[in-house]
Amino acid sequence: MAVAVKIPLALRPATGGESAVDVEGETVAEVLEALFGRFSELRERIADERGALRRFVNIYVAGEDIRFLSGLATPVPDGSEVTILPAVAGG
Amino acid sequence: MAVEKLRCKECGTEYPLEALYVCERCFGPLEAVYDHSGHGDPEELRRRIQAGRADLWRYADFLPLEGPPPGPGNRTFPLAGLPVGYTPLVRAERLGEQLGLRNVYVKNDTANPTHSFKDRVVAIASARARELGFKALACASTGNLGNAVAAQAAAIGLPSYVFIPADLEEQKVIATGIYGTNLVEVRGTYDDVNRLCTEVSAEHDDWAFVNINMRPYYAEGSKTVAFEIAEQLDWTLPDRLIIPIASGSLFTKIARGFEEWRELGLVEGAPPVLNGAQASGCAPVANAYAAGLDFCQPVKPDTIAKSLAIGNPADGPYVLDLARRSGGSVEAVSDDEIREGIVLLAQTTGIFTETAGGVSTAVLAKLARSGEIDPDERVVLVITGDGLKTLDAVRESIARRAIEPTVDAFEASFAFGAVA
Repeated sequence: MAVAVKIPLALRPATGGESAVDVEGETVAEVLEALFGRFSELRERIADERGALRRFVNIYVAGEDIRFLSGLATPVPDGSEVTILPAVAGG
Repeated sequence: MAVEKLRCKECGTEYPLEALYVCERCFGPLEAVYDHSGHGDPEELRRRIQAGRADLWRYADFLPLEGPPPGPGNRTFPLAGLPVGYTPLVRAERLGEQLGLRNVYVKNDTANPTHSFKDRVVAIASARARELGFKALACASTGNLGNAVAAQAAAIGLPSYVFIPADLEEQKVIATGIYGTNLVEVRGTYDDVNRLCTEVSAEHDDWAFVNINMRPYYAEGSKTVAFEIAEQLDWTLPDRLIIPIASGSLFTKIARGFEEWRELGLVEGAPPVLNGAQASGCAPVANAYAAGLDFCQPVKPDTIAKSLAIGNPADGPYVLDLARRSGGSVEAVSDDEIREGIVLLAQTTGIFTETAGGVSTAVLAKLARSGEIDPDERVVLVITGDGLKTLDAVRESIARRAIEPTVDAFEASFAFGAVA
C-alpha cells in the first residue's frame, strides 16, 4: 500500500532534497518506520530516545492532525497523504 | 547592532540570522539572541531610549535588525512604514473600583495603526524581510494579523498574501481587503490555515511569511509591549499582567522583554506574575494548566473570540512553564463572560475592545473577585485589539431607543413623565 509522505523544508537535507517520498505502511507508525528505513537520519529529528514524537512535530493524515485521530496508530488508507510539519508556526 | 544569531529554544543549536524558524536537529523554535555588552550603564541606556522616536523603534537595541530602523535615516530603506507602538498605558480607576483593586492599568494597544498589537510584530517582521531581500509579505491570520500585514505592505510597497479562515468577522475581512492585499479565505479553522501556509511557505521561498519563516523576528516585536509598560511606569515593573493567549507568543515575549531589562539593570525587582487568558471554547493552554500538564492537547475552536481561536498553540508549552514559574496561571472564561468583559471595560474606561480584550478583562474580573489579586497590586490588563473589529459579538449588549422627533416622545421614552 503506497502512501505519499510530504517532507517539510527543514527535513529535506535528510532526504537528499526530496519534498515527497512514497513508502508502504498501514498506520502512521508503520509509515514513519518505513521512512526511517530509507532515511535513517530522520528518526532522531522527529522522534525522541523513547520513540515518541518530539513535542514540536505535527503529523497530519489527509490534512487532519493525528492527535484528533488515533495518534501513531492512526490508519493510513492506500493512496492517502501523510504530512510532517513543524509545530512552531503561526499565531 | 546588538542582535547576534538565532538559537534553538529546545536544544541550543545556533543558526545565522536568516529566514529560519525551526531547528533542523530537533524541530524546536528558533529565537533571536543579542549581545548587549556594548551598552554602557543603565542610566545611559535609559537616556538613549528616551531620546528615541515616539514609536517602537525607540527600542531598536533590543530588536532583531542588522541595520538601522527603516525611515528617512536609513539609506537603503527610506520608507518608514506605519508608525507603530508607544500606545497609552491608561490608569483605570473606575474599573479598579468595580473589582476592589486600587492600581489597575490598561495597556491600550487598540491605538496602533490597524488597531491591534499585531502592528508591532509586523513592523519588525517586515523590516527584517526587507533586509533579507524578500519580494512579498504573507501570513496565516485569525484577522488582526491580516489587517496589519496588508496595511504595512501597502505602506512600504510590497505585494502581500493574507490567508484567513473563511468564517472570520466581516469587519476584519473588509479592513484587510481594502489595502489591496491578495486575500485568501480558506474553508477551515485557523489551524488548517496555518498548516496550509506552512506548506505554501516551503514552495514560495521569496515570500516572507511573517509568522512562519520570519517568526523568530516577528515574535520579538511583542517584547515592546513589556518595554513600553516598564518605561510608562517610570522604569519599574508591574506586579501582575493579564495577557490573552492565542499561540502564546505575546505572553512569552512580554515575559522575555521584562527579563531582558532586568538582566541589564534597566528595571529592578521581582518579575511580574503572569496570568494567561483564554476563551473556554478554545482553551488548550488553560486546559493543560488545570490538568497539571506541560504540553497542550489540541482542540477544535468554538468561541466568539476568533482572534484567539488557535487550537494548536505553538508556544503553549512555554506559556505553561512561564505562568507557573511566575506564580500566575492560565484561565478560561465563557463567551458570556467575554461579552460582559467587553461591556465592563467599555463602561468603566471608555475603551472598546474586541473579543480578545473581553477575554482578558473577564479573567481580571474573575481573579479579582476570587481574591487572587491583592488590592494594592499594580495590575496591567493587556488590551490587544479594537472593538470595532468584532461588532457582532456585542450587538445584543447595548441599550437603544428609537423615538418620534418630539420632546414628549423623548421624555416618555425615559419615563421622565410629560414635561409640565
